[in-house]
Amino acid sequence: MNAPERMLLSGNEAVALAARGLGIALGTGYPGTPSTEILEDFSARGGRAQWSPNEKVAMEVALGAAFGGARAIVTMKHVGLNVAADPLFTAAYTGVSGALVVVSADDPGMASSQNEQDNRRYAVAAGLPMLEPSDSQEAYDFLGWAVRISEQWHLPVILRMTTRVCHSKTIVEARPLAATAPPAPHFERDIAQRVMIPAYARPAHRRLREKLAQIATWGETAPLIRRIDGDRKLGLIASGISYEHAMEAAPGASFLKLGLTYPLPIENIRRFAAGVERCVVIEEGDPYLVEALRAADIPVEGKPEMYRFGELNVERVRRILARDVSPEPAPPRGKPPQLCVGCPHRIVFETLGKLGCIVAGDIGCYTLGVLPPFEAMDSCVCMGASIGVGLGLRHVLPEAEARKVVSVIGDSTFVHSGITGLVEMIYNPPPTGHVVLILDNGTTAMTGLQEHPGTGRTLDHRPTGRVVFENLAHALGISEVHVLENLKDAAALEELMMRLMPSGKLALVIVRRPCLLTAKRDADLAKASGT
Amino acid sequence: MNTKTTNVVIAGLGGQGVLKASDILADAAFRAGYDVKKSEIHGMSQRGGSVSSDVRFGREVFSPMVPPGEADYLVVLAPDQVEVNRPVLRAGGLLIAPDLIGENVLPNRRSLNVALLGALSRHLEIGESHWLDALRAHLPEKLHEANLAAFAIGRKAVKP
Repeated sequence: MNAPERMLLSGNEAVALAARGLGIALGTGYPGTPSTEILEDFSARGGRAQWSPNEKVAMEVALGAAFGGARAIVTMKHVGLNVAADPLFTAAYTGVSGALVVVSADDPGMASSQNEQDNRRYAVAAGLPMLEPSDSQEAYDFLGWAVRISEQWHLPVILRMTTRVCHSKTIVEARPLAATAPPAPHFERDIAQRVMIPAYARPAHRRLREKLAQIATWGETAPLIRRIDGDRKLGLIASGISYEHAMEAAPGASFLKLGLTYPLPIENIRRFAAGVERCVVIEEGDPYLVEALRAADIPVEGKPEMYRFGELNVERVRRILARDVSPEPAPPRGKPPQLCVGCPHRIVFETLGKLGCIVAGDIGCYTLGVLPPFEAMDSCVCMGASIGVGLGLRHVLPEAEARKVVSVIGDSTFVHSGITGLVEMIYNPPPTGHVVLILDNGTTAMTGLQEHPGTGRTLDHRPTGRVVFENLAHALGISEVHVLENLKDAAALEELMMRLMPSGKLALVIVRRPCLLTAKRDADLAKASGT
Repeated sequence: MNTKTTNVVIAGLGGQGVLKASDILADAAFRAGYDVKKSEIHGMSQRGGSVSSDVRFGREVFSPMVPPGEADYLVVLAPDQVEVNRPVLRAGGLLIAPDLIGENVLPNRRSLNVALLGALSRHLEIGESHWLDALRAHLPEKLHEANLAAFAIGRKAVKP
């Protein structure tokens, strides 16, 4: 037998490669740093991948594929799992016929996110097995294990990655994965299993807990746990990227590396902890492992609270082991990012700033409108929140202030979670009316120029159906719908805004001009396809 | 082969080819038979802000991130990013700054990233053929000639 090919891959690429090897029939998701490249690379390798309008829909499409007996994967960043949590929790009850792997890519340190929530909590809350790879090799291997666990227990499995695992490149041996050949999709009717009315959901919850108990027993001796017997004076328990930092910070110590972090192999951990003099848990983010182990009456040392914030690294692990709580040196302050020179969003924020607007903002490149020289954004919470927050402000502010409130949202974000906001606007209009601006640059720019339903092109840039925002607004009954194509003249926007903001009407203004970066990308695509 | 882990940080501004340079370095070290890890932050950094990438290679590498103050080499592409990044260097570590390559030496200043890799290559135990293979693998064919020339200019800028 030939030696497996060795490659230098990012964790995301390793997941995509494994997905191809495993015969994953469908990959779905919504772009979000640090998860985006998984589906793009899966598609580039010949896999069937598609962007959904948002993570909830992506989860449901993947769940349907898994109901049909196929192997499916759904990818998203950590906050995306909040959006997809509704189907996730009940999918734990229904289970799956094929395999469903949910990739949650967390962003400790918030390199490109609005919070640093620790999605390990979701595995506990939903009751789903969770695997945590430490490097690209494990990202590759663990997708195989995730499929195997999903098929054996008919449960969705969470593959929880973090920024440094997703984006670091490490060596991968593309060895055969621990899974059987992919099944042929077919439908088997099983009403009590998949229709979650209370009568069927009650036994489903009991089934879920039985499965988790079985997986916990299996996990006690599964190869997903690696024990390194070193110096008995110091034993470290770690998972994910924290394991790599800890191996470097404490060479020679004893280690228990956990690949399966829900359900936890409690008895295995108990034996390890009992066999070392000092047992320290090295984990990034929340004290998830520490709390679980202490609840199981395993005495372990955690990290001082100051290390809960931000990423860990080798130096911080050394400090944790030294119980050093002295202030850390400030990281070097580099040059902050900014809206590109010539970016079509610039005119909009210059105008909103000049008009003294109260701007309910949203998530995307245009969030940079909050920074100097613009400083023209007053809130940014989550995908789509601009519209609801703007409406709420309009409802309660004194009339003169209310008339200054505008909601600003990007095209991809609008499709993701803005449409229901428009419905709310029609249904519960503020007395002063409202103005929503869609900054339509024809791409999901922030995450690297992905397509979405408003571009009319698929993940791999082929033509498909297109959602036309102005048609949608007309259909909803919004009285003032304005499209500013290729806007280069700030005066036109200023004049329109001055008219609409105090008008008492409901208005949607679409400022449409392509992102500068897509022009080059599209030229490259045209060249590549020979057109 | 050197068994100790070598730590390199490449820094600059978005659009200068920092990530391309670290990809080439990591690939060259991989081709030379080392264990290699490379890490950087994507996302916001693409909008013209500071970008830096860590490459570590040796017999066995654990963390993908160079600990602060432990870089053996710091390669900087933008003059105003030198002082910001200097704290990553260990005592006695080597700074390779953009002014190593004179303003008019390169036919196209966009290949500064590769020229500075050429300078770095003088200090690392990675055979030149691995560098050239990595360069070819990570750049489109029409750019090979210009970048191989820039790499050679960088190599010449450092006394053997």
